[in-house]
Amino acid sequence: MARTTPRTRFAAGALTVLALAGCSTIGANDGSDGATGDATGAAGATVTLVTHDSFALSDGILAQFEEETGLTVKQVAPGDGGALVNQLVLTKENPLGDLVYGIDTTFASRAIDEGVLQPYSSGAPAAADAAQHAVPDDDEGLLTAIDLGDVCLNVDHAWFAERGVPEPVTLEDLTRPEYKDLLVVTNPATSSPGLAFLVGTAARFGSVQYKDYWAKLRDNGVKVAEGWSDAYYTDFSGADGKGPRPIVLSYASSPPSTVPEGADEPTTGALLETCTRQVEYAGVLAGAENVEGAQRLLDFLLSDAVQADIPGSMYMYPVSSAVDLPEEWERWAPLATDPAPIHPKDIEANRETWIAEWTEIVIG
Amino acid sequence: MLHPGRDHHRTRRSRLPAGSSALWVLAAGLPLAFLAVFFAWPVATLVARGFVADGALDLGGFADVFSRPRTWRILGLTLAQAGVATALAVVLGVPGAYVLFRCRFPGRGALRAFVSVPFVLPTVVVGVAFRAVLAEGGPLGALHLDGTFAAIVAALVFFNYTVVVRTVGGLWEHLDPRAEQAARALGASPVRAFVEVTLPALGPAIASAASLVFLFCSTAFGTVLVLGGLRYGTIETEIWVQTTQFLDLRAASVLSVVQLVVVAAALTLAARARRRQERALHLTATAGSAHPLRLGRGHGVDTAAAAVTALVLVGLALPLVTLVVRSLRTPTGWGLGNYVALGTTGDSTGGGSPLSVTVWDAALTSLRTATDATVIALVVGGLVALVVSRRPGARTARRTVSVLDALFMLPLGVSAVTVGFGFLLTLDRPLGLPVDLRTSGLLVPIAQAVVAVPLVVRTVLPVLRAIDPRLREAAATLGAGPGRVLRAVDLPIAARALGLAVGFAFAVSLGEFGATSFLARPDQPTLPVVVYRLIGRPGEQNYGMALAASVLLALLTAGIMALAERLRGSVRGGEL
Repeated sequence: MARTTPRTRFAAGALTVLALAGCSTIGANDGSDGATGDATGAAGATVTLVTHDSFALSDGILAQFEEETGLTVKQVAPGDGGALVNQLVLTKENPLGDLVYGIDTTFASRAIDEGVLQPYSSGAPAAADAAQHAVPDDDEGLLTAIDLGDVCLNVDHAWFAERGVPEPVTLEDLTRPEYKDLLVVTNPATSSPGLAFLVGTAARFGSVQYKDYWAKLRDNGVKVAEGWSDAYYTDFSGADGKGPRPIVLSYASSPPSTVPEGADEPTTGALLETCTRQVEYAGVLAGAENVEGAQRLLDFLLSDAVQADIPGSMYMYPVSSAVDLPEEWERWAPLATDPAPIHPKDIEANRETWIAEWTEIVIG
Repeated sequence: MLHPGRDHHRTRRSRLPAGSSALWVLAAGLPLAFLAVFFAWPVATLVARGFVADGALDLGGFADVFSRPRTWRILGLTLAQAGVATALAVVLGVPGAYVLFRCRFPGRGALRAFVSVPFVLPTVVVGVAFRAVLAEGGPLGALHLDGTFAAIVAALVFFNYTVVVRTVGGLWEHLDPRAEQAARALGASPVRAFVEVTLPALGPAIASAASLVFLFCSTAFGTVLVLGGLRYGTIETEIWVQTTQFLDLRAASVLSVVQLVVVAAALTLAARARRRQERALHLTATAGSAHPLRLGRGHGVDTAAAAVTALVLVGLALPLVTLVVRSLRTPTGWGLGNYVALGTTGDSTGGGSPLSVTVWDAALTSLRTATDATVIALVVGGLVALVVSRRPGARTARRTVSVLDALFMLPLGVSAVTVGFGFLLTLDRPLGLPVDLRTSGLLVPIAQAVVAVPLVVRTVLPVLRAIDPRLREAAATLGAGPGRVLRAVDLPIAARALGLAVGFAFAVSLGEFGATSFLARPDQPTLPVVVYRLIGRPGEQNYGMALAASVLLALLTAGIMALAERLRGSVRGGEL
């Protein structure tokens, strides 16, 4: 039986304490903890950016902003798109930060109606481009468009070529017998592309006929996955997982990532007649402690540096027309010319009803 | 254990000097304060929001929610999934505990570390790996299990098997084999000796493990969502949808109360089962009572247990091997490319990159956060276990102790969404301090500790409770003060369980995503956060990196569990 002497026990304890001190975050100074009370426009102040959980800019870009302005950017990401807006609503008396980025089309009206934002018109050069994607009826200028993307069905070219089946083109095509059991979509209650797609079908078919459409899709064997990665990597045949289904709900920007090593054409393509547009907005939070810092950070999100970084880091298209898209995107990821005509107010008014009806029809 | 005749003795024995009762109150007070600030207050605040409309109490939500057929179906499904999965985990886990903790064979340490890996893997990755095994064209595709109730139950067992194996094994390892040997010598068959002698001794640990697994299963979120979708929703997934997507706090609050009731009922049942069986056991300090694993004829028990365990191990390995194999597939063929890429910030062909830090940086953040969370969980959980392990004579004190025990289990039974949203409502100025904890990096380890505390309590407590009170009395009679008694009697025995608790707490913090995702700091992502981010982007390289990062997470976990076990070995020094 091994016994430790008091001395070795002390040594082990001391070592443990030292090891813990070295590994702790509490001990480490990450430079951005501290109180928010010091937040003013002055140098050395902090500006807190509230984002969704897929926010990321390439290494060093925010450092550039901090260097230029003397501000320290602190980031918080309390959830995905829907959760983000709902949290802002819950905390509006004492906001989580100064600037929000990542409110998208499907939740824009809620953010506006609930009064979680304050107006700001950016003077950045890209502001004119951004204005083209403004939320209709946002007369006060509460939200500023930063980037956008199209949620579209993607097809696996090789699957259709091998079987000599023509690829589908429109939403209606998917209800035809030759496309039985080929489509996988995501659940609108749990995934943001799923919600965008549901909204798109309601916009194209009308809020009554869209139900018939989904009933037909159900009868034609549509599969529902809960999240994008699950659908894309497990069910879809054109991605890494080599699943059984050749049509998947994804983005217009997905095909370039399927260019095989050494080849110059992607193995998948987006069906541009099936797209729904998602615009992502930023806005200064009502009750922000550092309003000026928030405004400068919003301007920075429209700068060429951030706009050019967006495709690679966030997989969205920049609103700015001044920056170049990555070459593969230019070639293989065009945006839809005629996305479903959706209005944030309609979405806000009908979101829950649509999801409930959809669930009843498709999931049961 | 509540023989009326013995109660009198116990009352006399447990009378404490005044000074030490103050210490006990303090020991109970610190964890209570922690639980109140970081759990009860946030949850109560959020739930209260759902029940107050225009300044008046409105309980109409109950009638409304209970009139929906979906609510009843979800409640039934939650109980069915958790119940079946818990039963399976226990039935499969007890033989596993026997083989891995009671028998000796080469590679045992590695296997012990291996079974704890699933426990911390990110659900989205396991979901993809699991579905890859079950889906059409996968190794088990022919069974048509994809998207079924069976698939969810299998996944829940996959995640929680280790909880049973370790909790039960931890006690079994140190159980004095002489009682069972005596029964055998008196002519009992091995099965009868097990059922009548060993099983009752293991009862408290099994009840402990079962209640943990039930709580984990009934509040499982990611697993259920990925594998079953909303068709097989649980109360937890429903709370998540109602809160994060619909902001229907009324429905969410009703569901939270329903979940609390289910959890409280489960805890009460488990506590009753534990109490009935709990008694002082003769524990040995060493694991020397383990015997070499004997297979073949004449060794039916070993052979059967080994066969069951081997089968389970294959089941655990299938998704994990799928994961490893796929992590080795790169756009240019087989190789370590995805692992090399962990030093980068992801596929940057588009100009930018999906991560703001490298995966290694994220791993370091994870380790640091987990260290903090483990320290907090050990202090809080250790104090709870210590207080709860005492059996005071006075009826009210005894009742207080058992309430305290149950209270600290609740964090496992309440939805991470409810806790996370509650944090946002209450921690802007906690206790009037001028610190916005909501946006502080400190909150992540605290939130993880809230989840880890019940694990610490449940692993340490059965061992502390099994200590024969006569040992403490003997020490006290010989003149040792309360602190000395703790050091001389409780600590050496608890140290072994503490090692396991450290491992569990660390592992749970490493893999924790639910609470972390609400508090994430995008500039300091943890390993699971990075995995989610990578797997949420198209691109073969990002996908490969996500898998490689998951394998890294799995290896870290296995390594830490193995290390915790080593530590456990070296701190041993008791007199038992």
